[in-house]
Amino acid sequence: QCTGEESWVDSRTVYIGHKVPPPGTEAYIPQRFPDNRVVSSKYTFWNFIPKNLFEQFRRIANFYFLIIFLVQLIIDTPTSPMTSGLPLFFVITVTAIKQGYEDWIRHKADNAVNQCPVHVIQHGKVVRKQSQKLQVGDIVQVKEDETFPCDLILLSTSREDGTCFVTTASLDGESSHKTYYAVQDTKAFNTAEEVDTLHNGIIISKCSLSCLVSLAVAIYTGMETKMALNYQSKSQKRSAVEKSMNAYLIVYLGILISKALINTVLKYVWQANPNRDEPWYNQKTETERQRHLIRAFTDFLAFMVLFNYIIPVSMYVTVEMQKFLGSYFILWDDDMFDEELGEGPLVNTSDLNEELGQVEYVFTDKTGTLTENNMELRECCILPGAEREELFFRALCLCHTVQVKEEETVDGIKRGIHQGKSTSFYISSSPDEVALVEGMKRLGFTYLRLKDSHMEILNREDEMERFELLEVLNFDSVRRRMSVIVKSSSGEYYLFCKGADSSIFPRVVSGKVEQVRARVEHNAVEGLRTLCVAYKKLTHEEYDQTCRLLNSAKLALQDRDKKLAEAYDVIEKDFILLGATAVEDRLQDKAADTIESLHKAGMKVWVLTGDKMETAAATCYASKLFHRNTQILELTTKRTEEQSLHDVLFDLSRTVLRQLSGDYQDYGLIIDGATLSAVLKPTQDVTSNGGNYKEIFLEICRNCSAVLCCRMAPLQKAQIVKLIKASKEHPITLAIGDGANDVSMILEAHVGIGIMGKEGRQAARNSDYAITKFKHLKKMLLVHGHYYYIRIAELVQYFFYKNVCFIFPQFLYQFFCGFSQQPLYDTAYLTLYNISFTSLPILLYSLMEQHINMDILKRDPSLYRDIAKNSLLRWPTFIYWTLLGVFDAMVFFFGAFFLFDNTTFTSNGQMFGNWTFGTLVFTVLVFTVTLKLALDTHYWTWINHFVIWGSLLFYVIFSLLWGGIIWPFLNYQRMYYVFMQMLSSGPAWLSIILLIIVSLLPDVVKKVLCRALCPTTTERIQVRQHNSHDLHFHREEKIQLAYMSNIYKCVYISVIDSFLKEIILYTVTICLGR
Amino acid sequence: MMASSYSAKEEDGHHSGSAGLGGTAIRTRKPDNTAFKQQRLPAWQPILTAGTVLPAFFIIGLIFIPIGIGLFVTSNNIKEFEIDYTGTDMSSPCFNCSQSFSWNSTTPCRCVLFFSLDQPFESNVFMYYGLSNFYQNHRRYVKSRDDSQLNGDERSLKEPSKECEPYRTNENKPIAPCGAIANSMFNDTLDLFYIDPNGTQTQIPFIKKGIAWWTDKHVKFRNPSSSNPNLTAVFIDTAKPVNWRKPVYELDTDPENNGFINEDFIVWMRTAALPTFRKLYRIIQKKNNMTPTLPRGNYSLEVTYNYPVRSFEGRKRMILSTISWMGGKNPFLGIAYITVGSICFFLGVVLLFIHHKYGNRNNSSDIPN
Repeated sequence: QCTGEESWVDSRTVYIGHKVPPPGTEAYIPQRFPDNRVVSSKYTFWNFIPKNLFEQFRRIANFYFLIIFLVQLIIDTPTSPMTSGLPLFFVITVTAIKQGYEDWIRHKADNAVNQCPVHVIQHGKVVRKQSQKLQVGDIVQVKEDETFPCDLILLSTSREDGTCFVTTASLDGESSHKTYYAVQDTKAFNTAEEVDTLHNGIIISKCSLSCLVSLAVAIYTGMETKMALNYQSKSQKRSAVEKSMNAYLIVYLGILISKALINTVLKYVWQANPNRDEPWYNQKTETERQRHLIRAFTDFLAFMVLFNYIIPVSMYVTVEMQKFLGSYFILWDDDMFDEELGEGPLVNTSDLNEELGQVEYVFTDKTGTLTENNMELRECCILPGAEREELFFRALCLCHTVQVKEEETVDGIKRGIHQGKSTSFYISSSPDEVALVEGMKRLGFTYLRLKDSHMEILNREDEMERFELLEVLNFDSVRRRMSVIVKSSSGEYYLFCKGADSSIFPRVVSGKVEQVRARVEHNAVEGLRTLCVAYKKLTHEEYDQTCRLLNSAKLALQDRDKKLAEAYDVIEKDFILLGATAVEDRLQDKAADTIESLHKAGMKVWVLTGDKMETAAATCYASKLFHRNTQILELTTKRTEEQSLHDVLFDLSRTVLRQLSGDYQDYGLIIDGATLSAVLKPTQDVTSNGGNYKEIFLEICRNCSAVLCCRMAPLQKAQIVKLIKASKEHPITLAIGDGANDVSMILEAHVGIGIMGKEGRQAARNSDYAITKFKHLKKMLLVHGHYYYIRIAELVQYFFYKNVCFIFPQFLYQFFCGFSQQPLYDTAYLTLYNISFTSLPILLYSLMEQHINMDILKRDPSLYRDIAKNSLLRWPTFIYWTLLGVFDAMVFFFGAFFLFDNTTFTSNGQMFGNWTFGTLVFTVLVFTVTLKLALDTHYWTWINHFVIWGSLLFYVIFSLLWGGIIWPFLNYQRMYYVFMQMLSSGPAWLSIILLIIVSLLPDVVKKVLCRALCPTTTERIQVRQHNSHDLHFHREEKIQLAYMSNIYKCVYISVIDSFLKEIILYTVTICLGR
Repeated sequence: MMASSYSAKEEDGHHSGSAGLGGTAIRTRKPDNTAFKQQRLPAWQPILTAGTVLPAFFIIGLIFIPIGIGLFVTSNNIKEFEIDYTGTDMSSPCFNCSQSFSWNSTTPCRCVLFFSLDQPFESNVFMYYGLSNFYQNHRRYVKSRDDSQLNGDERSLKEPSKECEPYRTNENKPIAPCGAIANSMFNDTLDLFYIDPNGTQTQIPFIKKGIAWWTDKHVKFRNPSSSNPNLTAVFIDTAKPVNWRKPVYELDTDPENNGFINEDFIVWMRTAALPTFRKLYRIIQKKNNMTPTLPRGNYSLEVTYNYPVRSFEGRKRMILSTISWMGGKNPFLGIAYITVGSICFFLGVVLLFIHHKYGNRNNSSDIPN
């Protein structure tokens, strides 16, 4: 997973303990390595302001406003620089505060890491050092359970064989222990010469250690550690909403420029007559007369400045605030809180909130995501015969790579898992093995330890049995089996092998294969992970031969792996079948329900797993991914062996396409890793029928409601996600997983969700959101995602709408003021419109709106389809909003125009001026856009009431105040008493009311008609919800009752369940041949 | 710990995680179960359906139509008379004045227009002058003033704002009041005479106070050093606006209406919103209840023609109007109210129909699950 930097890592020469290089070496150039300070923060105290400003102005919108601001400063523009400077300052400040806060937290975390103590050996003494002061070449002493401060090369350990076990949980999430070997030369404390970087010898920092003490030399420090390198490559994801937002922005920029151009041209046409250009009452100054050439350009700029508010300056900051604050609702959600872990969901990025409402494809991992990843031995199926039974248990006790860890200290997590059961516990790279060994322990055979290459077992009679471990034939995913060769105390040689049924059965020479196979298949269908166990006895000669074979393979310099595999193939045969085991990995709570809901919501769920097909398929059935009537299409190696891939693909696509013409059939596809890579491989022959398999495959997938991909490598998971992402509809994808092997797909998908599971936090850390259980995905998508989407969609549309309403009257006014760039509104109104008069209601709407109750959203997943494909931000909707804005602006302007046309407004005969005209338009504007939002609000909490009416009130109070006094330090007093005078006039009131109603009318009518004539599902539900409102409490009571009875049922079932399990575990099912 | 330092929230979670490792009690980040945090605040959930909107439409219709009729009737009852005295026509009495206009002429040009009122004007009559094609809302014009000078600021009197260019200084003296607006102040004098049936002309008395906003007259506009009653001395170092015939301190003999607080001046300084506008000139007060303010009959309007508009194709008008509670004649508002009210009513009927036809279907239909 870190292929990127591998090329970067060239060899480096490090002198351990900073010894002076021996004189013999050729010219040694002292390399400068960075110290071990880890810096994840972006800013320092000193560079914060310049750097942050630079970062912020790299954003196109901010830069645009900066330019406008500068233009206002330089040329003579209709509005004061304040009007764009103040909002810009506000936006920049808010963003800077947010980023500064985040960076401060990063600083704190960095400090905690950098200052944690490390033991370093200097001149033969152990010295404590701060982690950040570590140098390349330092010898670091790491004790048990400590984490590595940087990338190290292991020199020696407290174990004689120079090994140590390393957990890489915090790096890649795998809680398994990996064995690392000390560099051969330094096993026994020799402070030695050059250590060249063997890549596989590096232990990466942040892995915790579990052998007592080890000494290691620092290789990569600070920002050069693998860890830090990994993190820098995280790319930024952008949501679909943001993309449409940018598209709209470009449209508006176009509108803005064309408006300015039109006005500039008209201005010059109008001015062609010198009596219009410069009547006697309105002479130009000398300078104004002179600059004729650049005059047109500055006029254009001035119009740009006048209309620039059409690009909503505060939209970005509002969107950012909405996302940031809105994400807290996920964090706070009680339903998504996990009591067991004591943790709730995490939000790592709030940029993608609304994307949760747009998901079309869900890619889920199986183990640990759909299932609990809590393996338990469910069944041992042993072929009859007392001797076989004994051997079976021995085999399971011996054939594994489990390590025993003695528990001296009471440790938080471990105590949680093994509460007081034993003083020691097992660790292994495979949870299945642990489950098996633990299952054996419960059946009376306790694996004690590996001591002096002797495995010690406590059998049922509490007697110690010792087997000498001679060879371990490690597990690999090609052979899908592992073996051990042991020598019993009586001197007999045994080879025990366990592995997948498909890899064991062909090698069995005796034993009732058929019965075991039947049982294994039965178990696999039930979703259990099955393993078969076999053995063979070896004579001494045979053993010697085996040894030779193995050693020659191990020592081979070329093709070692191949030779080893061949050796294994020769050794592992002629087995006698002993039986089979079944390990259960239980489905997570409500996994099936969740998947069903996602299906109903129109999402396609794909399961991507490394497991074998049968097990995975069983899980899919259990989790309702496949239904009983789903027709399964298989695209597996088994089939492609019989037919060519080409034929299979066309066969399947024909099957699937038949569905379109005829009756509806639910299809499910199963594909395995090998076939997938064949499909994705670019075909060599370019003949017509060679074609593009990818397209055919996608076509098949598109018509399948569920797809199961088994035997997947981590990278293949990402490949699949990429493939779907790039398909022609560009669907929004979501990947969910818990392990390190899911990280690649989590990073690849539009939305990555990590599950904080047993396999560590790597997935959670790389994800955009992390949840504790798979079932929480339902609420996350159906409720939170849905809400976020409708909220932000309204936010974006409304922002453009309100700015059209705001600016279009100004544009119209130019036609009546000789295209002189005279602003219609006062400076204060221009400045504050977006940042205070109309900002809070929409922000609050975008935080609080619930168009439908969340219970209904959860109960009725099909509502999710209503917002699919970015439906609220499509072009027609956008055009509707824009036209509505234009209409409203026309109403404001021409309404006021006709009222003002040549008549008196007051009862004392006095006249109003242009500022009253603007204020009238502005008042209607503020009230209309706020009330428009009020009409769109479906969920009126007291906060909504407070903010909507409050912001209107604020506008009135502000206007009263602004016009109420002669403001000192202000060189104009044009607004003095304008607002009050307007309010003292009866016709002004009447026209304000009239114009507000006229501008709201079309939208209301449109809404009502749409709802009545062609209601969407959402709208129907709303009506139903509304009608049943008085029954609401009654219903809620009912739900509560149903819920309670459900709880009792659940408790009852789980009691029975656990009871049954105990029975199964303690009385082994022995399948006797009938 | 190092890895955890990439996001604020993540960090939060991890911190508590490491605290847990330290052997403290079971960690909880359990959120408070408040209604706000769970998004379950009690709320009013209205929706716009035909059923709910119907009554609103009918109510709007029922309220708006009477209001509209009321406004329309009121507007119709307002008497308004308008006469154009620009003098572009050869036949117009003011033709000569408009043609022979010169800024420098010392003898004012006078012309007299005769007109008759068909109906008596019963209540107070407001006399306006109206200008057309005069861009008082031109940007260069609107900003060409110095509000602090007009507010009586001594320093601005000596050194007017740059906005006033090119009407800022004249012959090295600051212009008071400066700026294009003040410079172009309307300076025609209009006098109205009632012509008895027997031919005698009686001048109709005008009131020239109360034509400007009270706040403008008393707060916004002030003469510099208002303690000094001698305005001539106050404005000693200033020049009069270029196009003015007399300096600002000679606008009126009444000290309460002279200088910057001259109401004609204040009225002019309030720039109009549109290029065709009218401004209040004089008020003709009703004398008693017995006789109308302006009885039916013949009148003559005597114009002292000082204000040139021909160059920019402008028009000048004199308007006589009575005023109701809703201001001057404005049929638009009444018509608009009636129209909107009718539309709402009509929509209400349509919606009623729709509601009747589709409403039930919606409510009964089940949502496909």
